[in-house]
Formats: sequence, structure tokens, C-alpha cells
Amino acid sequence: MSLFAFTKTVLGSMVSKPATRMYPFEVREAFPGTRGSIAIEIEKCIYCTLCARKCPTSAIVVNKAARSWEIDRLRCISCRACVEACPKDCLSQLTSYSPAVAIKGGKDFFHHPAPKVAAAPGAAPAQG
Amino acid sequence: MSKRTIIPFGPQHPVLPEPLHLDLVVEDEIVVEAVPSIGFIHRGLEKLVEKKDFNEFVYVAERICGICSCIHGMTYCQGVEEIMNLQVPGRAKYLRTIWGEFSRIHSHLLWLGLAADAFGFESLFMHSWRIREKILDIIEETTGGRVIFGTSKVGGVRRDVTNERLKEISVLLKTYAGEIKEVTDIFLNDNSVKHRLCGVGVLSKDDALMLGAVGPMLRASGVAQDMRKLGYAAYNDIPVEPIIDQSGDCYGRCVVRIKEVFQAIDIIQRAVDKIPDGPIDMKVTGFPNGEFFARTEQPRGEVIYYIRGNGTKHLQRMRVRTPTFANLPAILKVIPGCSVADIPILLLTIDPCISCTER
Amino acid sequence: MIESQPTEIVTLDRLKDAVRIKWAAHARLVQIGCTKTAEDQYEINYSFDENLKFSNLRIVVNPATDRVPSISDIYWNAFFYENEVHDLFGITIEGMAIDFKGNFYRMAVKHPFAAPAGQKKS
Ligand code: SF4
Ligand code: SF4
Repeated sequence: MSLFAFTKTVLGSMVSKPATRMYPFEVREAFPGTRGSIAIEIEKCIYCTLCARKCPTSAIVVNKAARSWEIDRLRCISCRACVEACPKDCLSQLTSYSPAVAIKGGKDFFHHPAPKVAAAPGAAPAQG
Repeated sequence: MSKRTIIPFGPQHPVLPEPLHLDLVVEDEIVVEAVPSIGFIHRGLEKLVEKKDFNEFVYVAERICGICSCIHGMTYCQGVEEIMNLQVPGRAKYLRTIWGEFSRIHSHLLWLGLAADAFGFESLFMHSWRIREKILDIIEETTGGRVIFGTSKVGGVRRDVTNERLKEISVLLKTYAGEIKEVTDIFLNDNSVKHRLCGVGVLSKDDALMLGAVGPMLRASGVAQDMRKLGYAAYNDIPVEPIIDQSGDCYGRCVVRIKEVFQAIDIIQRAVDKIPDGPIDMKVTGFPNGEFFARTEQPRGEVIYYIRGNGTKHLQRMRVRTPTFANLPAILKVIPGCSVADIPILLLTIDPCISCTER
Repeated sequence: MIESQPTEIVTLDRLKDAVRIKWAAHARLVQIGCTKTAEDQYEINYSFDENLKFSNLRIVVNPATDRVPSISDIYWNAFFYENEVHDLFGITIEGMAIDFKGNFYRMAVKHPFAAPAGQKKS
């Protein structure tokens, strides 16, 4: 008995489907509640800097004068504190993680400049 | 006539991805002494309390260790709540209990896999981790993170799970229990597993207690100590009987962990049946002023958070004593007399987590 | 209240006797931890557990003048904690079972926890 304790599992594995996925071709679906990367709807933002102050890792830098909001993806720990803090509900958390980057400290790569003229409606906000 | 040699073990060793270094003094194949050295990855997280306010520090506490993350955060919160005299809502306590037990299941399955890997049973390792993945899926679905749950906060929890979903999970766990049993039965019955584990590294009952061992290490030596008996979180309503084993060897520790997996499933099911409705958090005002030693039972054993506030938003001192820190001296005492080939699995049976040991 | 945690303050020279009483009662040494309460005033807590009953011994020392006796001849595992206290706080502890001589943790700064608190996050 004890010599063949593993037999059943071995036979089972032979006939069952693989437990793994062919990753790049078949991507696992995230759950709706998964804490992924942070996204912003920049046109709603009022640059109140609340999110930057609540962020435990100081990943967000908000510049009120320049009307810019930037996030360092590599510092962000996806804790959701900023999303909960935002008074305008313009931050949201995606269920996917941010893509891999090749350069560390890529803050500028995730720059979200505001529309140049605040009064111009419909100016396309930059995406990041 | 035999000559003494010193064999370095680690800091990088295939069995353990974390830096623990031992100087093994060997005579022939037998180790006569082991001199430890840790401290390769001291991060100074305790010092960080001076920069992060006590609410923010929950995020740091959760990241002290990846595998026990949930219970680290929960212990920290419990300590602060105790100082500030907060009565956390019942539902939050139950949710903490449920997630805590989930983290126990996933940690023990992880350990079973690693142990199988350490004694060279690769396919068993894969099967353990295949099942662990299903537990992780439940965790991700309910908390949003796979290992860093991120659900703790001072005064409650940050997420709720609907009662219906909890019921479904409880049913789901029943089917998973069957699958887990299939794998754990191999650990318990297979000859080759027993051959590697039985009689290796025996720690007597007295030694275990007086060397300060904690958790499965202590219980495998026959001492029935489990911090869940203190009745924190919802363990007041859901009594837990410590699982013990008398053998004190590696096999005993394996048995204790396997039984704890099923115990955890049972606790979750009981908690789901009893969970009260209501709010999941409460408003926290003021700053902690006082001190408390918060103790909880992690998958690896008792963890201690010493929290001392001085009435400002920064704590004065926060000290963590993780289970591995307490278990290392005990394992050093059982190493003499073992053969060199047994050292990896012997070390692994304390479920070492060096980065949380050094914080 | 989860549990009561009585703390007994002992003097340096009575420390070992108090620890011996704990040993005789089969108490488990839970932890030794140091806290800096003021400049040149440090508290060291020795925590014990007797069948889920938690208790503390506390000594108050000044690292510049006091030398703390090691209790690792009573509780062998204490040397782990004592080396830690020595490395992080710079408190002299005499007679540890294994003395790492300040190399328990490999750190860039000597005795980091004894340094005054860094600048606060604004
Ligand atoms: S999720 Fe957390 S770490 Fe990331 S930007 Fe928001 S607050 Fe900062
Ligand atoms: S909290 Fe919201 S509105 Fe305020 S700066 Fe951040 S994103 Fe903009």
C-alpha cells in the first residue's frame, strides 16, 4: 500500500488536462476585485493632492501649479489608499497589473499632463 | 581519527530561497555543531514607524512577510486596537478569522510543496502547489491580492464578502478538502517520504519548550500551545483545539501541518455558518497611547507585535518577533548528530522565513 | 482586552534571579525587546509565557554606564535576542552564549535604533 501511495495521483494526472496555461496565448482572467494598477481620469482631477498625501509609498506626485499628476508605477504597491481618498472619484483601480518596464524610476513615462487650456472642452486628455 | 571540517551552508542554497548561513562542523558525514549567521537582509522596518503614521504602517506590517501577510497586518491592527480600546465589529472579526485561516491553508500547502522539493519528490511538490493555486484564487477573489491580502486596517477590515459567496466558498472548500487529502495522504503514507522524515531531528518536549520553539515545531513535540486559544478575533466563538504530535521529528511536524490544513478548513466552515451581519469597520479617532504585546498564531507559529504609542500619530516603538526567529535556536540544538544530507529538510521543517525574521 | 500582561520592573542585579524563577516555573521565553524611551534611557522587556499566561520582566538601562548580564546561560535561546538588542541599540550585554560581536545584522549604520528619530514625513 504505502509503496504505491502515489499511483492514483499519477494515473489521474495522465488522463486529466494540464493544470497550467499556455501563458502568453492564454491569459488568466482577473477577478473583478483584483487590485491592479491605478488609472486616472485626468479631466475630473482637481489637483487637490489628497491622493499624494495618502499614498504610503509616495508614488504619486501632484503639482497643482503645473496641473500635472504623475505616478511612479514601480513604487506603487497597489494598496488602494489613493482610490479611497480621492474626493472626485477620478482614480480607479484596474484589475490588470501595469506592464513591465525596462527602466527604473520611470516616473516621467507615466505623466498625465492636463489640457493646456483649462477652458477648452473636449481637449483630448493624454493617456498613460 | 576522523577529521573535523567546516562546510558552509548557504546563504544561497537551492532548498531555501532566503539567505540563511550555517557553518556546519562535520565529522565524516555527521554534523557536530552548527553556527548560524543571519542578517543579510535586515531592512530596518521597525525603524520605519517613526516615518509612517500608525494607520499607514498597516501596509508595512502586511509586507513584512509575503506568506503570513494577512496575519501580520491583523496582529498589528489588534495591538493598536487594544491600546486605543476599540471594539471592532463582529463581522470584521469573523472576516479576519476566515482570511487568517485561508492564509494558513495556503502557507501550509506551500510548505508541503517545498518540503517535497527538499527531499526530491518533484511531482508531489507540483501537486501541492497546484492545489494551493485554487486556494489563492479564492483569496484573490475575496481580497484582491494573491498573497498580500491588503484587507486589514485599524478598526476593522477593508472589504466585505457577501454571505452568499461565503456559503459557496464553504461548499467549494469541501471539494478542495478531498483533493488536498489525496496529496497529503501521500505525505503521510508513502515509504520514500517516511524514509526521509521519520526520526530526523528529534526535539524533545522539554527542549522545545525551553528553547522557545513556537507553532507547529512546538506542537509536534507534544506541547499543546496555540495562540488561537487566547481567543482573539473570532476564536472566542470558534474554539480551536491545538493539534499535537508526540514524535517531535520532521515527520511529526509534517503531520501537524497537514492536520492544521484540515482544521483550518473546518474553522472557515464554522465561521461562515456563524458570521454576523453588520458593519465591517469603525471610525478611528485619536492616537494610540500605551503599550501592548499582541500575540497571534501564524502558520509558522506565534508572532509578537510590541506596540508602544506615545499619543502622537507616529508610534514610539514597534517590535516584531516572528516565529522563525524563535524557532532558529531550537533547530540549531537538534542539528548536531544529523547527517549532512538531512540538514536541508531539517531546516525546512521550521518553515523558515528569513526576511521576516530580520525585518 | 485579549489578555492581561503584567510587567514587573526589576533592577539589573536582580534580573538573573527573576529569570531563574521563570525557568523553574517552566515558562517559555517569548521575546526580548528593547525600547528607547529617552536619550540614555532604554527599556528591555523580557517576555515569558506560562501556559498562555503572559508576563514581562523589565529593566531600565543606560547604555553608557550599564552592562547587562546575559541570560543565555539560563535560556540558551536568549543569545539570539541579546545579539539583536546589542546590534540595534548598542547596549553592552555580557556573557552571551554565542557573541556575534556586532555582526548579527549586517548594517550600514552601527546601532541604528539608538539614533534619534529621522526627519518626520510632512
Ligand atoms: S495604490 Fe497605494 S501605493 Fe499605489 S499610488 Fe495608490 S496609494 Fe500609492
Ligand atoms: S485625490 Fe483625486 S482629485 Fe485630488 S489630486 Fe488626487 S486624483 Fe486628483
